[in-house]
Amino acid sequence: MLARRVIPCLDVDNGRVVKGTNFVNLTDEGDPAELADRYAREGADEIVFLDITAAHEKRGTVLDVVRRTASRAFVPLTVGGGVRSVDEMRAVLRAGADKVSFNTAAVAEPELLTACAERFGSQAVVCAIDARRLPPVEGTAPRWEVVTYGGRQPTELEAVAWAVRVVELGAGELLVTSMDRDGTGSGFDTDLLAAIAGRVRVPVIASGGAAGPDDFVAAVRDGKADAVLAATIFHRRTHSIADVKSAMAAAGLPVRRTEEWAA
Amino acid sequence: MGAGGARIAVLDYGAANMVSITRALATVGADPVVVAEPACLTDVDALVVPGVGAAAPAMDHLRERGMLEPLREWVRAGKPCLGICLGFQLFFDASDEGNAPTLGLLSGRTVALESAPTLPHIGWNSVEFVREHPLFDGVSSGSYFYFVHSFAPAPNDPSIILSRTTHGRPFVSAVAQGSLYGLQFHPEKSSDAGLRVLANFVGVVNGSRATPAGVA
Repeated sequence: MLARRVIPCLDVDNGRVVKGTNFVNLTDEGDPAELADRYAREGADEIVFLDITAAHEKRGTVLDVVRRTASRAFVPLTVGGGVRSVDEMRAVLRAGADKVSFNTAAVAEPELLTACAERFGSQAVVCAIDARRLPPVEGTAPRWEVVTYGGRQPTELEAVAWAVRVVELGAGELLVTSMDRDGTGSGFDTDLLAAIAGRVRVPVIASGGAAGPDDFVAAVRDGKADAVLAATIFHRRTHSIADVKSAMAAAGLPVRRTEEWAA
Repeated sequence: MGAGGARIAVLDYGAANMVSITRALATVGADPVVVAEPACLTDVDALVVPGVGAAAPAMDHLRERGMLEPLREWVRAGKPCLGICLGFQLFFDASDEGNAPTLGLLSGRTVALESAPTLPHIGWNSVEFVREHPLFDGVSSGSYFYFVHSFAPAPNDPSIILSRTTHGRPFVSAVAQGSLYGLQFHPEKSSDAGLRVLANFVGVVNGSRATPAGVA
């Protein structure tokens, strides 16, 4: 049976792991390859690097991170942020990544998803959707708007319709982040996840709002997510990947057990 | 892990993450060399055909490089060969993905995963053994391996099947016929369990090496 994946996300700036709140007060937290390797040994089912390097001339630094990680951690690697062309995606894959995640670039140029899927296969193309809840309208189901540039830019795209569209365009997986919940620790937006998972056949990765193991269980059970992603709670060691998997297993969800933590 | 030293050619035909497979083989003690031309197949002990993506462009690429016949000859000569994911699917007669004729080394067709709750089938799934095999030494039936695919081969000869995995319906996740091995999952992305399978493959290659002592 297909296991529900637990995925730590590392924010990488100029080749170093950083953490901060809403991209401010960034602090250097070490070498991404080293941290990724540690997560892999602790049972991470996949690693996501989010490249937040602002300076264009420093963009290549993430390739070195991927190369060094792929040489020692034998788990799937995804890179998000900064990839804007087929050639840039090829460079990331050649460095050892398995997938590339598109966010702002997909909104600006949806055909990019198709071009990359035709060249590398849908399984390598992830579309990241950052969504914000629209003001509630009495008597109607909740709706969400797609936002870009880390939530600063509204797009007028309705999130569920956008999810359906990007899958038609070639995305093989969706990384769905609730911008209302991101950084708040108030749990994943399971309504958003379920609304999207109910309309697409590709796997949905839940992101934004995780505070404890129960939130991960809810994202899979109520949000119908195939995978759950978090950054802060793993970096701060509030909870380990093993804690999260134990809670999921206790709730009857299939997870991959690794020797480090299996009884 | 294993005696090591086996020279293993990894076929680069533009459809695979070459870093992961070569580093994984090196980690289990083999000496991997990336090859893109038939001439490079001399002087190696085994061949690995990796790959993700679609069958038709992969076959086109192999044809353009003049690799189709050397690959078939290698397998017909009984030399060790391991196909991974798309590489495994190419061993069969044809693929429904783009209706492409493939290598015809194993009898059967590659067909779309039926009744799958999600597609592509991405993630860690359990591999249930059908029979014992040296490739799975030290690995328990039911262990998780990483998959990423939408198609899987349906072998005509059930005796080659080593394992099945279920996503919607059961499909064949590993086969062996003589020195030809195929894995639908990615051992190079399957952490310790995957490295163990690769180490076992290297062990099989070392066992089949007929190099007399003293000959480099």
